[in-house]
Amino acid sequence: MLHTSLYHVHKELGAKMISFGDWEMPRDYSTGTASEVKSCRTGSGLFDVSHMGEFRVCGSEALDLVQQLTTNDASRLTPGKAQYSLLLNEEGGVKDDVIVYCDSVDDFLIVVNAGCKDKDWDWFNLHAKAFRVRLTDESSATSLVAIQGPDAVSIVESMADASVKSLKRFHFSTTMVAGVPCTVSRTGYTGEDGFELFCCWEDALTIWYRLIEKGAVPCGLAARDVLRQEAAYPLYGHELNEHESPLGLGLGWAIKSSKVDFIGRDDLVKRSQDGLRERLVGLIPTIPNAIPREGHLDFADGRDEPIGRVTSGTLSPTIGSGIALARIGAGFAEPGLELSIAIRGRVVTAIVRDLPFYRGLDEASKK
Amino acid sequence: MPETSEQLYFTNSHEWLKVSGEFAFVGITQHAQEELGDVAFVQLPEPGRVLQSGETFGEIESIKAVSELYAPVKGEVIEANEKLLTAPELVNNDPLGEGWLIKIRVLSLDGLDQLLSGSEYDSLVKEL
Repeated sequence: MLHTSLYHVHKELGAKMISFGDWEMPRDYSTGTASEVKSCRTGSGLFDVSHMGEFRVCGSEALDLVQQLTTNDASRLTPGKAQYSLLLNEEGGVKDDVIVYCDSVDDFLIVVNAGCKDKDWDWFNLHAKAFRVRLTDESSATSLVAIQGPDAVSIVESMADASVKSLKRFHFSTTMVAGVPCTVSRTGYTGEDGFELFCCWEDALTIWYRLIEKGAVPCGLAARDVLRQEAAYPLYGHELNEHESPLGLGLGWAIKSSKVDFIGRDDLVKRSQDGLRERLVGLIPTIPNAIPREGHLDFADGRDEPIGRVTSGTLSPTIGSGIALARIGAGFAEPGLELSIAIRGRVVTAIVRDLPFYRGLDEASKK
Repeated sequence: MPETSEQLYFTNSHEWLKVSGEFAFVGITQHAQEELGDVAFVQLPEPGRVLQSGETFGEIESIKAVSELYAPVKGEVIEANEKLLTAPELVNNDPLGEGWLIKIRVLSLDGLDQLLSGSEYDSLVKEL
């Protein structure tokens, strides 16, 4: 198993460690998932996400390669700005979702999912041959710690040499935090304001302990999964996969079909012309303690054939009920519509609702 | 029943059985609650139902996972722990005490000898 530089810290903190792909990561700490979710929603949650991959793309044609491999328009980036984007395969399925950071006009950092890192690395190398670029896998030298929640900004501000509180969403800067050189990025995966801090592999310990001293509460992968579902952020392997189009998932803001050609564009254009077949919606069961899970099927009134399926589901401590993200036939994606979900042999009524379930961040700042 | 006559057994599927005279309590182990994480919901049988040894008698659901519950011996359900309806976290906080699941009248001790003692169960968990 692979371990982040904070592995021993997690164990010291009493974390329940689980396998996550090739990595052994904290599922939750001693107070449990629900309490961690609450800490992040009301104070600040601290996450070790060092398992994520970081690729650097440098060179005179770096932008061209990034443009070819991603759906968002990287030409709009200026140094210090980042954007959410998707890697598509030739058929228009999703290889991964990533964040592209622009360090300079010819220097980009791509943050990829841990579980997709190896195939993404091959994909980048395959396509890099046609461009004047140099690729570097910086994953094993880079730690990534996220601090998220209403108190996150003031905590990091109090530890940073240069002010970071006025950084806009999806902007980043470099400064010392807790005496450690960091890239401080106003990004996250929880629906809360906050930062993601990139630093050298071994420096994460210093930052981690200082953030805890300032009141940040360690949160495991289970809390991270609940938080992202409440905020309706997609997760590769659940909402996103190689076999399905990203259209209809509410990610149109990250798909710029009118930019220069990119891999997967043809399928996007064709599907847009044909009209959306599926949409991602939220479902809330009408009875308490019914927790929809991935793979459970959705049925409409009087229909025996499923009209969709749950892609992620959990108990939401913030909402106080089960919640689910589901891909359903576009004709059924009407808020208020009642559907049935088959939950392990039990049929439960659920109500379709708009996403996200939880809106902590101002959506206008998402750009 | 006097405390001294209580006997504690464990199953391979991580339930415990505390026998006291003709009655017994059933719950899940410390290891099982750690594996589950935050318990969100416990589904338990109605009193009066007769459970065969090894029969599924309910479900325990955490934020991350669902697990079935198995009867360690044959018995009639006398009581389900109603506190768990509103406070499922008792299973995490005190799995061998306040977080018990059902009380049964033991109808047969068949299979009791196949259950594990505390030390046998501990070594099972260590191997996992």
